[in-house]
Amino acid sequence: MSNDALTPKQAFWHGFRDASPFLLIVAPFGLVFGVVAAEAGFSLTQTMVFTIGTYAGAAQLAAIQLLSENAPLVIVILTALAVNARMAMYSASLAPHLGKAPLWHRACIGYFMVDQTYALSALIYEQRPTLSLPAKTAYYFGVAFFIWPIWVSATIIGAVVGNLIPDWVPLDFAVPIAFMAMVGPMLRTPAHVIAAIVSIVGALALGSLPYSLGLLIAAITAMIAGALVETWTIRRRGGS
Amino acid sequence: MSASTVWILIACTSLGTFCLRFSFLGLVGRRELPGWVLRMLRYTPVAVIPGLMAPQIFLPSTTATIPEAAKIIAVIVTLAIGVWMKNTVAAMAAGIGVLSVLAAILP
Repeated sequence: MSNDALTPKQAFWHGFRDASPFLLIVAPFGLVFGVVAAEAGFSLTQTMVFTIGTYAGAAQLAAIQLLSENAPLVIVILTALAVNARMAMYSASLAPHLGKAPLWHRACIGYFMVDQTYALSALIYEQRPTLSLPAKTAYYFGVAFFIWPIWVSATIIGAVVGNLIPDWVPLDFAVPIAFMAMVGPMLRTPAHVIAAIVSIVGALALGSLPYSLGLLIAAITAMIAGALVETWTIRRRGGS
Repeated sequence: MSASTVWILIACTSLGTFCLRFSFLGLVGRRELPGWVLRMLRYTPVAVIPGLMAPQIFLPSTTATIPEAAKIIAVIVTLAIGVWMKNTVAAMAAGIGVLSVLAAILP
């Protein structure tokens, strides 16, 4: 062992502390989801089972949005899962670090996987490669045990106080604003920008297709466009 | 939308999401994802979310309570702040603020 050997307990609290700034991101999203779910007619029980079971804000908001547009259930589910497809990438990326943990640990790691747990853990595993497996796992759970209670309690508050929000607050447009606020920071490279543009143009052009199929086709096209632009960018950089 | 629809949605989305998260942790060491799949997965959020929101933003709605111009301006401000500050919460606050003000003053 190197001098970098954190005990699992130290690693847990390290993760917990590192996660604390995300309070400012997770809490408002939980609130928005709670409010939107209540407005869409979800009962408090339904809202909470959804938020605890799926535990993925963007997918939950997308599902409620499509459901209130009367899209077919299959399309609603497929779209929500498409929003979460990036989790498979996170899973693949964490597997070399956490793959030797006991099965039930890995199942819990899976359940708690969100953008924040992934991003913080992947970063520290890279920076401190000598961490032991128990310390790596404990760090991950430290992050998770900070994020999860905030997400869940913010959703409850949103669902309960949603009705108390005054009418002049333009809530019916809060969801597009919340989503666009997520998209802005994602536009890091030309490939991301192209993917977003293809997605918008495709969804508008194919909007008349039945069963909201236009969105799925637009999304797949946009993913291919993003991947192609990335490949070209790398090739051009490699050539210069 | 019936209660059973909502419960089926919740069950399928929760199970499916868990499978995506557990996928490679569960099958550890057996198989690596091909590079092109990883590359496409990287673009899923940015490929799904803008398209999902585009009709609401760009198509005139029949039940609009907010002027069309206010929506477009608020979205542009939200995106611009998000790109510039890389901060979701700041972008959301700016967007909602601009929208509230414009909804109140525009016809």
